[in-house]
Amino acid sequence: MSTYAFDYARAQSVDEALTLLAGHDGEARLLAGGHSLIPAMKLRLTAPTLLIDVSGLEDLAAVTLDGGHLAIGALTTHRAVETSELVRTHCPALAEAAAGIGDPQVRNRGTIGGSLAHADPAADYPALVLALDAEIEMTSRDGTRTVSADDFFVDMYTTALAAHEMITRVRIPVLGHGEGAAYAKFANPASRYAVVGVAAKVSLADGTCRAARVAVTGAAPKAFRATAVERRLAGRPLTEAVIAEAVRGLADPNELLSDLSGSAEYRAHLCEVMATRALREAAARAA
Amino acid sequence: MAHISITVNGKRHEADVEPRTLLVDFLREHLGLTGTHVGCDTSQCGACTVHLDGRSVKACTVFAVQADGRSVTTIEGMSADGALHPLQEGFREEHGLQCGFCTPGMIMAAADLLQHNPDPSEAEIRHALEGNYCRCTGYHNIVRAVQYAARKMREQATVEA
Ligand SMILES: Cc1cc2nc3c(=O)[nH]c(=O)nc-3n(C[C@H](O)[C@H](O)[C@H](O)COP(=O)(O)OP(=O)(O)OC[C@H]3O[C@@H](n4cnc5c(N)ncnc54)[C@H](O)[C@@H]3O)c2cc1C
Ligand code: FES
Ligand code: FES
Repeated sequence: MSTYAFDYARAQSVDEALTLLAGHDGEARLLAGGHSLIPAMKLRLTAPTLLIDVSGLEDLAAVTLDGGHLAIGALTTHRAVETSELVRTHCPALAEAAAGIGDPQVRNRGTIGGSLAHADPAADYPALVLALDAEIEMTSRDGTRTVSADDFFVDMYTTALAAHEMITRVRIPVLGHGEGAAYAKFANPASRYAVVGVAAKVSLADGTCRAARVAVTGAAPKAFRATAVERRLAGRPLTEAVIAEAVRGLADPNELLSDLSGSAEYRAHLCEVMATRALREAAARAA
Repeated sequence: MAHISITVNGKRHEADVEPRTLLVDFLREHLGLTGTHVGCDTSQCGACTVHLDGRSVKACTVFAVQADGRSVTTIEGMSADGALHPLQEGFREEHGLQCGFCTPGMIMAAADLLQHNPDPSEAEIRHALEGNYCRCTGYHNIVRAVQYAARKMREQATVEA
């Protein structure tokens, strides 16, 4: 057998899932697409005693437009994000990022909530939710709370989510007039995980950048915003020269990951290249 | 033990399985459907690809209990009444296999693509097969096999229409 033994329950409602989760003292885990959890269980890195399958909770598998926000249910698969008309219209960068996750079989199973909860340092969505200034809605038997993406990622595989909480929705402000966003990834050729991925969002007025958000995944133990780059872009026209100057020294190799996919120095270089591509495309879309 | 009921290639099967039984092991060990292969067991190679409710999935990364009440199609379910599926025919005609180990997974992944994109470009075919590794062919003939099947399926659709 490929994993330790466990019990399995299929939750019929969020309440039921939360009750089961609270009743098992950290020994139970939610099972969404299973495409991070099952591989980790096979490696015996984790051994939950109960899996609570939430993948059938249809209410949380939909994308809706809610005022100025896209509300994406936690159980929306990568494939559903990739093909959602609402996402393609209001936030094409997110649909493009989803289309680049893994491969079709992974996208048919994996979910946005599972990806965020897992917080793999090489996952794509963390960069997107940071750059797009998303909010993550989490619920438990104590109530519902919302955390901004900026406060969500704590460390490698560690987030603001408590063991008895479940992500229910991700809220992303729709792009307004003069705004554009893009994602550029240098993918590991086998897994498609990001060696380095950079998401950028810019707002332009009269040809100058009013505000920019730039977020990096894959490079460091957790996804982070390149705030110095953002500051250097504000108030300037987004020409090639301005972008090149702004991204220089984006990341300090001493703070980056070094592994089989690339050394820290290599990743630091990729940060600049991917940030340039993402900013160039975001600016073109905003214009 | 968990009691499951899964429709595989149109036929319903009931069984008691341990929750940790992988779907691929259920298909191969319990049902004897050994056309679905296990290449890596680490979610990478795609040899274990089957359809779950019409979508391609890696059966080594799904527990059988997750498929309870759902429908699964394996390579054995692709040919109807002894006639090869156009994809199977395409792999034979275009020499899309050598050892054949990856072929069932390739066919199931390509079938998912052709369901929603009947006329894919070469780039789209390659993108759709990113989750399937072949260690023999170098992929060119696999792409041709999928193009062959796409053409044939479009022709069949026109005749039927
Ligand atoms: C071959 C392969 C290639 C991949 N390539 C990429 C890639 O290129 N880019 C990328 O970003 N990812 C990639 N992934 C990961 C994939 O996107 C996963 O689907 C994702 O990381 C986890 O989502 P899931 O729904 O499968 O979660 P699961 O595996 O079911 O769960 C993961 C963790 O999150 C918890 N969880 C799940 N849902 C919730 C929720 N709603 N609330 C709270 N906790 C929850 C679970 O308890 C578990 O701890 C790849 C995976 C594989 C197998
Ligand atoms: S055996 Fe399932 S992906 Fe390789
Ligand atoms: S034909 Fe041998 S692995 Fe593809």
